[in-house]
Amino acid sequence: MDAVRSFLRHPSGMVGLVVLLIVVIVAIVAPVAFPVSPWEMVSAPFTPPGEDGLLLGGDTLGRDVAAGVAYGARVSLVIGIASAMAAMVIGVTIGAISGYFGGKVDLVLMRMTELFQTIPAFVLAILLVATFNPSLLTIILTIGAVSWPPLARLTRAEFLRLRNREFVEAALCQGEGTLRIVLGHILPNAISPILVVTSLTVATAILLESALSFMGLGDPNLMSWGFMIGAGRTVIRNAWWMSVFPGLAILITVLAINLFGEGLSDVLNPRVSRRRS
Amino acid sequence: MIRLGNAATIGLMALSRIAQLIAVILLIATFNFVLVRAAPGDPAQVMAGQSGASDPKLLEDLRKEYGLDKPYVVQLASYLGRVVKLDLGYSYRQRRPVADLVLERLPATLLLTVTAFCLALLIGTTLGALAGLAAGTVLDTVFTVLSLVLYATPVFWLGLMLVLVFSVTLGWLPPFGYETINVKLSPIERALDVAKHLIMPVTSLAAIYLAIYARLMRSSIIEVAQQDFIKTARAKGLTGPSIVFGHMLRNALVPVVTVAGMQAGALVGGAVVIETVFAWPGLGRLTFDALLQRDYPVLLGIFLILSIVVIVLNLLTDLIYKLIDPRMTTGAA
Repeated sequence: MDAVRSFLRHPSGMVGLVVLLIVVIVAIVAPVAFPVSPWEMVSAPFTPPGEDGLLLGGDTLGRDVAAGVAYGARVSLVIGIASAMAAMVIGVTIGAISGYFGGKVDLVLMRMTELFQTIPAFVLAILLVATFNPSLLTIILTIGAVSWPPLARLTRAEFLRLRNREFVEAALCQGEGTLRIVLGHILPNAISPILVVTSLTVATAILLESALSFMGLGDPNLMSWGFMIGAGRTVIRNAWWMSVFPGLAILITVLAINLFGEGLSDVLNPRVSRRRS
Repeated sequence: MIRLGNAATIGLMALSRIAQLIAVILLIATFNFVLVRAAPGDPAQVMAGQSGASDPKLLEDLRKEYGLDKPYVVQLASYLGRVVKLDLGYSYRQRRPVADLVLERLPATLLLTVTAFCLALLIGTTLGALAGLAAGTVLDTVFTVLSLVLYATPVFWLGLMLVLVFSVTLGWLPPFGYETINVKLSPIERALDVAKHLIMPVTSLAAIYLAIYARLMRSSIIEVAQQDFIKTARAKGLTGPSIVFGHMLRNALVPVVTVAGMQAGALVGGAVVIETVFAWPGLGRLTFDALLQRDYPVLLGIFLILSIVVIVLNLLTDLIYKLIDPRMTTGAA
């Protein structure tokens, strides 16, 4: 509870949290606030913002940009959170095995992690989504599959730090199994930095998803911010609002998550470096 | 430990990195091979793409050419053999070898990424150092807020916003392309023309890395400034500038260069999106076209070549790192 109290006193962290909550609320109320699907035409093409009852204007087909932005929040948040979770599962598993067992296993796994960190993640993501066809699930798994290395390295470092502590030795003496020691004793002690990095991974996942759907690799059934910017790209001379507003939505959401994550980091583990790798 | 001269150490390191490079290329090629087999549909259909999949003769030829009836190990060995000879397959959409397609687009991508990388490193570390030396002032706060915002901005959107401001509204810069077509220009005029086209793509690509390097450099400078050898330098009677240039910058740069190397992959990925925004005729643009046509051999070739580019960039930052790391020059490492 001390952590909650000190987070409440963390100004930029609180700004992030409040903005993030607003985005979440927009995502939740989108179907109520915009009962007409964002794919439906509601006005003349290229309606400027403020006219015809369209706060953020209409697109090339007269669809409501504001509805698209609201529905896009759902896609971005769901994909961002789910793929960060996927990255966490992969990263923590690999990092835990590496850090706990050490030796050759560690060497092989860390070389693999380095390789994944070296190759151009976005190009790999393009290749994976194109191979397995874009859908909500393939996009989440793909972003998870290219975002885990920092989490693996962090988890490994935490496990290396913790595995020779007295409480682990005590558990070993009591004859507890490896899985139980790892999950029941070491992981709970390593969880706060893992949560911080996972929360920051949500932000990069949202950026990655927007870039994928900008390139035409979004789920074709879902209105997403990246897709909207991609659609507005060719008509930017005539309809600036089509690309400006979805981009602002990404910027604000990602900024809020980063502020929240860094606030979390300051509160939970001041010793963990803020820099991201 | 045998003591080696600095040049010898760097030479040895370069050799071991080249061996690593070859290993990584083979690993990525193997990954590509597995991916084609894991894709839905049979490999011949995947390689032929949407258009070719309806042509039974082409599919039959492909099966024969890639030996798809043979065991996987044989297929993999022959595939790796091709990759080593830079035979990356054939694009049935463009009716040209993939290696030709990819290599002719590579220079434009390299121009974009290397320029962005150098500028981001140069300007980012300079701004970061300034912010670090002025820690706590208004200037420092402005830099910090700016880098936070840049860090949250999608690169492709930043590119579009630059187009909106500098091409659509102000009309200062060409909105897309590599050079002005259909005009006769002297070599110098042509270089200037390309540079003018390069400004916005490079700015949008470099911005986020500039922000990252600036933040890193800032904390690095603050850290170095508190260390004993700086106090010693002051005690010796050295003044501001000579401390900053002689002692602090070099030490503070080490972590920044390390991260810069690790970010090379992301930079190249960013270039792919940026090229799509600015119709820059490099590998990113080729990726976008290949995606539209589901031209799979081209996508695989691009992934392989861009991975090699990243590893080479990594090698270069490693060399810079060894050159600036103060411990290396004393031979004590």
